Amino acid sequence: MTLNEILDSLFPAGHDVAVAGQLVAGTAQTARGTVAVLGTTDAAAIGHDIALGLAGRILDIVDQHPGRAIVFLVDTKGQVLSRAEELLCLNGSLAHLARCVDLARRQGHVSIALVTGEAVSGGFLSFGLMADKTYALADAQVRVMDLKAMARVTKIAHERLVELAGSSPTFAPGAENYLRMGAIEAIWDTPSAALLEAALAGQAAAGAAVDGRMRAGLARQGRRLAADTVSAVLAA
Amino acid sequence: MENLEFRFAAQPVKPAAGAALCGVVGSGNLEILIRPGDEADACTVVVKTSARGFGKIWEAVIAEFASRHPVGGTRIAINDMGATPAVVTLRLGQALGDYTGGAQ
Amino acid sequence: MNAPVYTNLVLRHSYFEATARSRVAAVLDAGSFREFLPPEVAQPSPHLAILDIPGAFDDGVIIGSAALGGKPVLVIAQEGQFMGGAVGEIHGAKIVGLLRRAALEKPAAVLFMVDSGGVRLHEANAGLIAISEIMRAVLDTRAAGVPVLALVGGSCGAFGGMGIVSRLCSAIIMSEEGRLALSGPEVIETVAGVEEFDSKDRALVWRVTGGKHRYLTGDCAELVEDDAAGFRQGAIDLLAGWNEPVPSSAGLRAEQERLSRRRQRFAGMRDGLEVWAALGVPDPRQVSLIDRDSLVALKKGLPA
Repeated sequence: MTLNEILDSLFPAGHDVAVAGQLVAGTAQTARGTVAVLGTTDAAAIGHDIALGLAGRILDIVDQHPGRAIVFLVDTKGQVLSRAEELLCLNGSLAHLARCVDLARRQGHVSIALVTGEAVSGGFLSFGLMADKTYALADAQVRVMDLKAMARVTKIAHERLVELAGSSPTFAPGAENYLRMGAIEAIWDTPSAALLEAALAGQAAAGAAVDGRMRAGLARQGRRLAADTVSAVLAA
Repeated sequence: MENLEFRFAAQPVKPAAGAALCGVVGSGNLEILIRPGDEADACTVVVKTSARGFGKIWEAVIAEFASRHPVGGTRIAINDMGATPAVVTLRLGQALGDYTGGAQ
Repeated sequence: MNAPVYTNLVLRHSYFEATARSRVAAVLDAGSFREFLPPEVAQPSPHLAILDIPGAFDDGVIIGSAALGGKPVLVIAQEGQFMGGAVGEIHGAKIVGLLRRAALEKPAAVLFMVDSGGVRLHEANAGLIAISEIMRAVLDTRAAGVPVLALVGGSCGAFGGMGIVSRLCSAIIMSEEGRLALSGPEVIETVAGVEEFDSKDRALVWRVTGGKHRYLTGDCAELVEDDAAGFRQGAIDLLAGWNEPVPSSAGLRAEQERLSRRRQRFAGMRDGLEVWAALGVPDPRQVSLIDRDSLVALKKGLPA
């Protein structure tokens, strides 16, 4: 499914979303009013330029459109792998982007992320996983690394990893595993205005967002240790 | 990984505080946790080691240690990433020293 | 070279080589540390056991309360020697719990001794999600008015998601030996080739990710000697009179300006030597040779 098809399905009432390079930005009309749309496409590798581009637009929304909801579209294969980018502290620019998403939340902007293609490691951490809630399309690819690469690095037989992945969501790629572990709220079969508007309405009603992913992971039995560990630390 | 369990008769030892931990589960290293056990004149040992097939050597190294030091009334838990017998003996001594009050 | 002088048997202890437990003991006030979830009540990661790998009772991170120069602080110390300090489910949740506790308890600061390659691949999804939760927890703790200081000087540096987390902290204290980046040089070399980044060229790795470079470019706030005393004093100095800023658009706009300007100013550069020359360092090759105090003096003398 192309980005335009996804945009038209999410925003049948109209949008002015444009793509510059691999950065996606604009506004769209929904039953809940105008929303900001930001993100990346074509499995973008996130470097300083995209990170600062997204961050600057978030700050514009916070300053110029108080309370406007933000819809992040996530399609990233991770960070740019480059010495020049690391020389200027790429982790710092990704942290800055994450802080801007966090600021928008504190200033009362509801944010929803939708993984439309790939969602990998640093690129996913810097904005997709910083939204109030993260959703994924059915064919989204969410991962840290694929099982073949993991077998190489960990020196554990690939067949063994495949076998274990059947019973544990902890390490194998897949949006379904992230759903069970609480990081993805729901998987959508197709992009739809109704699903998006329900997600925005639900988040707006929930009020100031607290990080409920651990509790969700426990309730869905995909991540059973984290929530109790936090409770034990608070009680220690 | 291999799980090993041993029990040795040993002279009782008095802990200074509750428990003592020594070492890190890093390459060629191990961590040893000593806690109070249920039998005053015996020491139980549980080893989880990344290297398979060394059960006899583990048994000999720990038996030797238990015969030389009072370790009765303790439970010893070991997580190992391929430490040599010399390192195991060294860490057992450090852990026991901490357990009995820092005397090393 | 002069022979080392051992005065009263007090040796200089390398922070880089120390274990997390010895760092905690040496950086904080003597005897003040109280561990939360200590080894005797904890269980190693079951995710590692399933993969036939021995775990550690503390899952590679030590958390607790302590005092620093008499002030109450909460402490996180990652153990780089266990699985590269990488973040798994329990490891990550201990950090999140400590940060949430700090937001409630409001100690003078959280000291975060980072020593980590990022996500623990054996628990990849749990690790990635945990790092995302740590990111939000760091910002929540700071928004509650509690400064979070990252101490980066361990053998595994601060890479991957932990590089991002470090830059979310109020300030970073680094030693020359510390390394701070996103992708590790080995990863870049494997994917993009040795011409892009030769990970075995230690001097180059250091000129791109090391403490002196990050200090000169302002990505870390303080540069300290590679010992616990240096990190201790650095943290005490930073906290004296520290005022944790309220999250604001103005503050992030200023950072956006700084990052955008330097992106243009240093465009196309691939080596710290080029950046240092552009910053006005008269002889960039001297940077690797001079000691910590001289470098701090050199930075103070650079044109604004």
